[in-house]
Amino acid sequence: MKLVIIGNGMAPGRMLEHLFESAPGRYDVTIFNAEPRVNYDRIMLSPVLSGEKNYEQIIIHGDGWYIKNGITLYKGHKIVAIDRNAKTVTSDHGVVEPYDKLVIATGSMPFILPVPGNTLAGVLSYRDLDDVNAMLLAAQSRAKAVVIGGGLLGLEAAAGLEAQGMDVTVLHLMPTLMERQLDPAAGYLLQRAIEDRGIKVICKANTKAIIGDKKVEGVELADGRIIPATLVVMAAGIKPNAGLAKEAGLVTSRGIVVDNGMHTSDPDIYALGECAEVGGHVYGLVAPLYEMARVAAAHLVDEASTAAFVHYDTPTKLKVTGIELFSLGDFADGVDRHEIVLRDASAGIYKRVVLKDNRIIGTVLYGETADGAWFNDLKKKQVDITDMRDTLIFGQAYQGGAPLDPMAAVAALPDDAEICGCNGVCKGKIVGAIQEKNLTSLDDVRAHTKASASCGSCTGLVEQLMSVTLGDAYNPAAVQPMCGCSTLGHDDVRRLIKAKGLKNIYAVMQELEWTTSCGCAKCRPALNYYLICDWPGEYADDYQSRFINERVHANIQKNGTYSVVPRMWGGVTSAKELRAIADVVDKFNIPTVKVTGGQRIDMLGVKKEDLPAVWADLGNAGFVSGHAYAKGLRTVKTCVGTDWCRFGTQDSTGLGIRIEQFMWGSWTPAKVKMAVSGCPRNCAEATCKDVGVICVDSGYEIHFAGAAGLDIKGTEVLGLVKTEDEALEVIVALVQMYREQARYLERIYKWAKRVTIEEVRRQILDDLDRRHGYYERFVHSQKFAQVDPWSERVSGLHKHEFKPMATIGVADAAE
Amino acid sequence: MSWVSIGSMTDIPRRGARCVETPLGKIAVFRTAEDRVFAIEDHCPHKGGPLSQGIVHGTAVTCPLHNWVISFETGKALGADEGSVRTIPIKVEGEMLFIGLALKADRAA
Repeated sequence: MKLVIIGNGMAPGRMLEHLFESAPGRYDVTIFNAEPRVNYDRIMLSPVLSGEKNYEQIIIHGDGWYIKNGITLYKGHKIVAIDRNAKTVTSDHGVVEPYDKLVIATGSMPFILPVPGNTLAGVLSYRDLDDVNAMLLAAQSRAKAVVIGGGLLGLEAAAGLEAQGMDVTVLHLMPTLMERQLDPAAGYLLQRAIEDRGIKVICKANTKAIIGDKKVEGVELADGRIIPATLVVMAAGIKPNAGLAKEAGLVTSRGIVVDNGMHTSDPDIYALGECAEVGGHVYGLVAPLYEMARVAAAHLVDEASTAAFVHYDTPTKLKVTGIELFSLGDFADGVDRHEIVLRDASAGIYKRVVLKDNRIIGTVLYGETADGAWFNDLKKKQVDITDMRDTLIFGQAYQGGAPLDPMAAVAALPDDAEICGCNGVCKGKIVGAIQEKNLTSLDDVRAHTKASASCGSCTGLVEQLMSVTLGDAYNPAAVQPMCGCSTLGHDDVRRLIKAKGLKNIYAVMQELEWTTSCGCAKCRPALNYYLICDWPGEYADDYQSRFINERVHANIQKNGTYSVVPRMWGGVTSAKELRAIADVVDKFNIPTVKVTGGQRIDMLGVKKEDLPAVWADLGNAGFVSGHAYAKGLRTVKTCVGTDWCRFGTQDSTGLGIRIEQFMWGSWTPAKVKMAVSGCPRNCAEATCKDVGVICVDSGYEIHFAGAAGLDIKGTEVLGLVKTEDEALEVIVALVQMYREQARYLERIYKWAKRVTIEEVRRQILDDLDRRHGYYERFVHSQKFAQVDPWSERVSGLHKHEFKPMATIGVADAAE
Repeated sequence: MSWVSIGSMTDIPRRGARCVETPLGKIAVFRTAEDRVFAIEDHCPHKGGPLSQGIVHGTAVTCPLHNWVISFETGKALGADEGSVRTIPIKVEGEMLFIGLALKADRAA
């Protein structure tokens, strides 16, 4: 049987998952997608716009899924005609495909205001990834943008554009924002929160025209006001895309009319998603669309299926970081209705529950939404709330004296309480899957139940359920916070520093809601590194957030003295250098001199107050700091190569020196040790280093991700390059990729394991543009990094570090 | 006990520390982000690490040797670790800092 699907959005994607699960191999599936890509999570377009996620992170079905399931996917093919007699569809590229069963899932179209100028360049809608990419491009100008529409979509677009640095104004026709989901009080709080972010909001704004010559220059309102803008985003609503079905003679009204089994007026044609109209309703939120997918799949498997779509209210949440908002059902005033309202102005909290016959019919929560699932459950089950009416508004925790513990609240939820609204997953299903399938990670639970796999806003609830079910066996490693001061993991913090343009430690702590006033010894050095890496030249190093070693540029020893290691480029030294070291050792009575594993010399037991004088003498002999204390480039070990060795294939010493001179001074997430061997005999032991080079006759084999410390691990081969110049560029790009992506204190081998060797190879070896981008960014950051810290301190920088504030003798105290 | 002048508040960087050498050993003087000052023994109760060299956060310091966290207010180790250092009285007059020391001279006087 041949199944053809028009459209490749989330609803048909979910339908196919159900279909393959219950009747694998039943259908030979062909999909036509007008967009040139695979199925991705459209709910997550807003985080992509704000920079909090990227496209790869929101893909639902990668190319592999289509191949695995034998699906033919025509990307960038728009269906232009359905021939119901011949049972074929025709694409705009001329492909004609026959079908036994056809599913129409053409989604919806943005509602474009019928005003003059609505086709000017710079007028966009907000429906798909192309729109987001166009907005991101426009946002680079950091100029003015207008978003028309103060609903869910418009506000998410506005927040995203603002996060990208644009000056944004939202125009909304109605008196308050999101008036279909929020009552005026919550709408007011929302408007204030939006305005606090620097977004201007104009309500009762009636757009008269979009003005401009060829490109947008502004928006004119009916009252004569003109709002200047170079980008206008239309987010004033959507309408079902039913044109193709109508032309094919199917019954349509607002959308394609289907029965509660998703059949159109032609028994071999189904419709689902935003284009479908069931019982007079059309839908735009994902939960009912996924329910349609379930029903359609059931009927495709069994024509006699009794699966039926039933209308129900879906809660609405706004996906703007930092704004908590929940709305459900009907909340208009009425004589037969009662309401319970809680306001806490200083905390920005507003809660309202609307009752009819002692049952909940609507709920609006603003500022604190944790009880949303509970209210939803009470409403769905039509629970008589008479007995808890006095405390209802305070939420679940106040009923029956249950403790104020989120875990207890989750544990107390009934099995059929809905946890994931997007995917309609209830508590019992999640707990059942965890127990039956021995699931221990969030990713596994997502894979098996779909809970929290769409918009992700219930992730916390799902994790709490995992903790309640698994007890101590649940280790939420995926969201390990970076320290006790924050709930965010390192990756989230790095992403948000960039997305929100945070350029100092206090901004990070404020914006990312640190729970301590000035961090701790774990997070401060990490944040300092992330900021120095992401904003070279703009961020001023926070000296007090560095470990003592990086503050005084020497290694603290167990007795409080320090060790000093000068750089010996590529491990090569001279009589003059050795003599200078010998003189320093004598002059300052340095107790121990030792050759290090990295081919240089360590002077141990230097008193802190002697450090500047030691450095001054070493500096006079031409030495600079070896950074033996730094999360940065340490040494580049070499063998003697073609200069001396009868087996040498390349100038390994020269390349080692070149790398070290190019890269010294750069800060990295953890220490970086390198080596260059002149032949595969590998005398420099390059194959257990963070980055290593093995020279061969045909060029330079680049290795990385080795370890010879807590773990022992041979390197992975990145690839072979022909010239020394190319070897340097590849190594620099690799280190820059690591600098930009790794978590603080994470060595290259651990980072590479996380992102996979293949991905590193793809970005550094295969994608030349990307490699060059990394290289350029490293070169730029080196402009600010290559300053010898020793000579700076010899010249007086931070001299307070090296002597006591006061010395009190008995005489002082006797006064 | 005598109040001994040790210098000015501005001699110490915010979220930083300086040492004071005394006949009774080294004392670490800390200045927090909010310009509060504290003085404690510069000697971690764990393995004697120089606390003045640690990272200062809130009203505590993390020892540079093994990451014990010592409270300025109580001198006690925070978290799971147990141990304490002596806290030394300190007062601010204008910009000037004074620490209170019980030196031999007190007893002699």
